[in-house]
Amino acid sequence: MIRHLLSGADLDAATATQILDTAAEMATVAGREVKKLPALRGRTVVNLFYEDSTRTRISFEAAAKRLSADVINFSAKGSSVTKGESLKDTALTLQAMGADAVVVRHPASGAPHRLANWVDGSVVNAGDGTHEHPTQALLDAYTMRSRLGRLAGLHVAIVGDVLHSRVARSNVLLLSTLGAKVTLVGPPTLIPVDISAALAPGTDVSYDLDTVLPGVDVVMMLRVQRERMGDSYFPSAREYARRYGLDGPRLRRLPEHAIVMHPGPMNRGMEITPEVADSPRSTIVEQVANGVSVRMAVLYLLLGGNNL
Amino acid sequence: MTAYLIKNVSVVGAEPTDLLIRDGVVAETGVGLDAPEATVLDGTGLVALPGLVDLHTHLREPGREDAETVESGSRAAALGGYTAVCAMANTSPVADTAGVVEQVWRLGREAGLVDVQPIGAVTVGLAGERLAELGAMADSAARVRIFSDDGHCVADPKLMRRALEYVKAFDGIIAQHAEEPRLTEGAQMHEGEVSTRLGLTGWPAVAEEAIIARDVLLAEHVGSRLHVCHVSTAGSVEVLRHAKARGVKVTAEVTPHHLLLTDEKAASYDPVYKVNPPLRTDADVAALRAALAEGVIDIVATDHAPHAVEDKECEWAYARPGMLGLETALSIALDVLGPQWDLIAERMSRAPARIAGLAGHGLDPAPGVPANLTLVDPAARRVIEPAELASRSRNTPYARMTLPGRIVATFLRGEPTVLDGKAVR
Repeated sequence: MIRHLLSGADLDAATATQILDTAAEMATVAGREVKKLPALRGRTVVNLFYEDSTRTRISFEAAAKRLSADVINFSAKGSSVTKGESLKDTALTLQAMGADAVVVRHPASGAPHRLANWVDGSVVNAGDGTHEHPTQALLDAYTMRSRLGRLAGLHVAIVGDVLHSRVARSNVLLLSTLGAKVTLVGPPTLIPVDISAALAPGTDVSYDLDTVLPGVDVVMMLRVQRERMGDSYFPSAREYARRYGLDGPRLRRLPEHAIVMHPGPMNRGMEITPEVADSPRSTIVEQVANGVSVRMAVLYLLLGGNNL
Repeated sequence: MTAYLIKNVSVVGAEPTDLLIRDGVVAETGVGLDAPEATVLDGTGLVALPGLVDLHTHLREPGREDAETVESGSRAAALGGYTAVCAMANTSPVADTAGVVEQVWRLGREAGLVDVQPIGAVTVGLAGERLAELGAMADSAARVRIFSDDGHCVADPKLMRRALEYVKAFDGIIAQHAEEPRLTEGAQMHEGEVSTRLGLTGWPAVAEEAIIARDVLLAEHVGSRLHVCHVSTAGSVEVLRHAKARGVKVTAEVTPHHLLLTDEKAASYDPVYKVNPPLRTDADVAALRAALAEGVIDIVATDHAPHAVEDKECEWAYARPGMLGLETALSIALDVLGPQWDLIAERMSRAPARIAGLAGHGLDPAPGVPANLTLVDPAARRVIEPAELASRSRNTPYARMTLPGRIVATFLRGEPTVLDGKAVR
């Protein structure tokens, strides 16, 4: 098993499949009356969050607690960080406290890579800047596999602000490793340069959502921040929604079996209409539940838990 | 004043000869010289070059003496084979008045290890809003001739035009940091495949090329001299080639790191590789090397940019851009150009001395010439250890790399500043 999980590129097909299979076993725990395993008893997991992200933090917290680990939540607000402590000093502090794993969310791309140089424990990237969010990609892959029965050969459209999306980068890497085909869709201003060469050859780019939809098994909508308007990535929220939002008519262009995903939090009415978000084809709530199972699997395997 | 007799040394790659240094000048050259009063240095296997001249050095004093001082930077320069450095204006306070440039100039004289020639800011506080008192700096004891807002681009085209025109009165030159600021907001590294993969905001090549294109046209229009700092892209080379063919009075520099390193280095997220302009691609490196050999790029300049540990040992986005260069520049040039000594002397000494107007520098060792020279052992190889550098900072991108060439001795007006590879003080 790998020591850190910093990028979707850290996972080969065998390791990724092992995590997904382990997550499936973890999911059975959620159905039990006592939702707890002793696997990580006595181990310490630190949630080091430099950005507000309640959903990701509580997902990791629930995952660690269900494995009986001790959980320390270290949030940038109200900590020594606001007094100007450097990431390195924080890392050395966590090291001295004996953290076995550090789950880090940080606004700067690459911060988890830096952290991994300074601590002995495992580092899990819980989202860094506009770079990656590998456990999100794992939970998305898990969701696709459980809904559609496979990953190899699937065609996945990832739609929206790919440029600033850590979810998109991790998904492109992981999905291509697992044999799925990805088409990135968005306005040209929000598709980063050389994306297929940078991440996975064979990744397609399209600027036209309507032509892509009939041929996909999964459509994953990305959150688009309204602030991007001010920076001329697109003229208005209304125009964005018209060209790239997923609404009822577009939903009906999808094949029968296709599913709709969103990493949350959603901008209802912007990239996705309530009709679509709440439809039976939407896996949005399921993704949240699967997040806990996948994060349990990641922590369990990284920390070398032996038997379930 | 001690005399020095250097035996059997190759002057700029020529057949070995002896060099007698006395009273601040090269007194005599020739085979089999004898000077009983002189200290003899064995120059066998060594190459004598005119003392190197750096047109682009950050000495950080005043303001960031924790990162570098005029004295520590001067020592680093001497150890790198330099006898003159031009100190950039982005200090704190900014070198935008006669007072500050004279202070830097005096500190350089006191250190006495290299000639420190201050560069003056183009605009007050580097703010890009109104011209600094360029004439007062030119008339000061520091006799400033190069003006630059380096670190910032003089982005306003009208202000740039005025600056180019105004400095003609005292044969000044504007050294432009070419970076269209609106195209590089939040930029962290070269925009391309690697920035996409790493999720770091891109610094597109066009942001440099567009400003150079504008500035060569402005310089042509007003008939002024323009110098382009740290050219980093293949496209910039083409713009410069075109401008030079039209007869525009433009000169350009490239840094050692842009001749050797690429944006792939950012994959470590180690900010020691964060620099402005950023490291570019293999194709850019190849174009820059060719342009330097050809003369489209006139000189190598270090952009020596010391930074305190805490400004580099952090997240990439929060780190300050810049790398050390003075103590490794000649080795990189040797690595990139090979032992083309005349070319190295031209690009690292003669041409920068001409551009800066530094009399007494950039002259090949010959009888009667001021003894500003350096002795290189081209056969030596050394491993770069950050802790062993004379700079106060440690941000070298070449840590633990093995590089060719070693500076054995450096002389400033006949006085050794480096002997046996060590600074004399």
